Amino acid sequence: MMNNVPAIAVRDLRVVRGGRTVLTDLSFSVPRGSLTGLLGPSGCGKSTLMRSIVGVQKNAGGSVEVLGQPAGSAPLRAKVAYVTQAPSVYADLTVAENLRYFAAVLGAPSSDIERVLAEVGLSDRADALTGQLSGGQEARVSLATALLGDPEVLILDEPTVGLDPVLRRDLWELFHRLAAGGATLLVSSHVMDEAQRCERLLLMREGRLLADETPDDLLARTGETDVESAFLSLIEKEQVTA
Amino acid sequence: MSARATLATTRRVLGQLHHDRRTLALLLVMPCVLISLLAWIFDGTPTFDRIGAPLLGVFPFVVMFLVTSVATLRERTSGTLERLLTMPIGKLDFLLGYALAFGALAVVQAALASGLAVFVLGLDVAGPAWLLLVVAVLDALLGMAIGLLVSAFAQTEFQAVQFLPAVVLPQFLLCGLLVPRDAMNDVLRAVSDVLPLSYAVDAMRHVSTTSTLDAGVLGDLAVVAGAILLALGLGAATLRRQSA
Repeated sequence: MMNNVPAIAVRDLRVVRGGRTVLTDLSFSVPRGSLTGLLGPSGCGKSTLMRSIVGVQKNAGGSVEVLGQPAGSAPLRAKVAYVTQAPSVYADLTVAENLRYFAAVLGAPSSDIERVLAEVGLSDRADALTGQLSGGQEARVSLATALLGDPEVLILDEPTVGLDPVLRRDLWELFHRLAAGGATLLVSSHVMDEAQRCERLLLMREGRLLADETPDDLLARTGETDVESAFLSLIEKEQVTA
Repeated sequence: MSARATLATTRRVLGQLHHDRRTLALLLVMPCVLISLLAWIFDGTPTFDRIGAPLLGVFPFVVMFLVTSVATLRERTSGTLERLLTMPIGKLDFLLGYALAFGALAVVQAALASGLAVFVLGLDVAGPAWLLLVVAVLDALLGMAIGLLVSAFAQTEFQAVQFLPAVVLPQFLLCGLLVPRDAMNDVLRAVSDVLPLSYAVDAMRHVSTTSTLDAGVLGDLAVVAGAILLALGLGAATLRRQSA
């Protein structure tokens, strides 16, 4: 049903925060079952865009639809999982208690807790107090929360920052598996080499979209060999035409 | 509305308190210490019998106000509240979850402090002991509901703590403990009439001086219950799923 409706459809989105225009007339769509990277330097509006897609951001104009419904509307609340950049979990609860609470709110089976702990590599820390974990581990508890239930859309804001390379590879494998299983993932990063791991790329700079294509198309179009150089060449081209 | 989400929230809040033993100890022991101190200060005078019962209502009100406003502020600043509001949980589910958890705590707190006052410190209470407990718990819930509401107007924990003198002290000064409300001038009397703590203290005084459950206590309790529901309702309105 409705499989031709894109997972995420953003039209002419404008966001103003504190008198500053953070997002300027963004339009793009994300197909279902895809793994899309949202890349750009720190402060370019990635997190704000993600907040708009989840529906917690007040928009100044345009529209955002997720699975054919207005972003943030009630039917989406069990289908869209969101991980903020700063871990939003209870530091004064154990890892397992955090997951048990969010699973209950989502109506997810309690067997999910063991599964998601294994997926983020924290099975042996289930009884540790979350506030006593390292920053990276706490971020993984936050990520594990988003994997509870069976979310159709996952909005992950810098989920792999500061993690060791083995774990980062494992998580990207997990993201690919979820996408292959039909979920739609939008994963942000300011690390350009993570772009190579995505099926599609959204490149952002100063609240605007510079590119919306596959990594291969981006490299072919710009004639570069890596995403970082392609990004630079797009910026230079923009400055010449401006 | 979802009972599952409400009860999960209650269990979660109690779980947080379970890990924070020092807060739990302070919550339960502090009212007992204060009421004992009061009995000692007024030892041998009739004053303890006059103000003991009303203060049994005021202590849980103050403590719960403080604990709840800081706890809710932490939910707002840590991002957990925003995350929850992207999930299938109603705002009232969230607030009722807190109310049940702190309400359960208030029952234990009030039972300890009232039991100590009546059975050990010899506080004279004309009315039934269970009614003393009911009023104390309602007073605690009133503090909780106002704390929830006020936390919406604080951006930092410094601000949240400053709301204690701003919101609680005027109510304490005007609740009739220092000067009987009938003896106040018209302006102060009118202000005192719209402050919920006045009714909480009146109800406590009724219980301690009248042996029967009369209309006066029920009327006071109805006002307190109404204020709790009003504050919870306004508190729910301050929880926004969207922010700028």
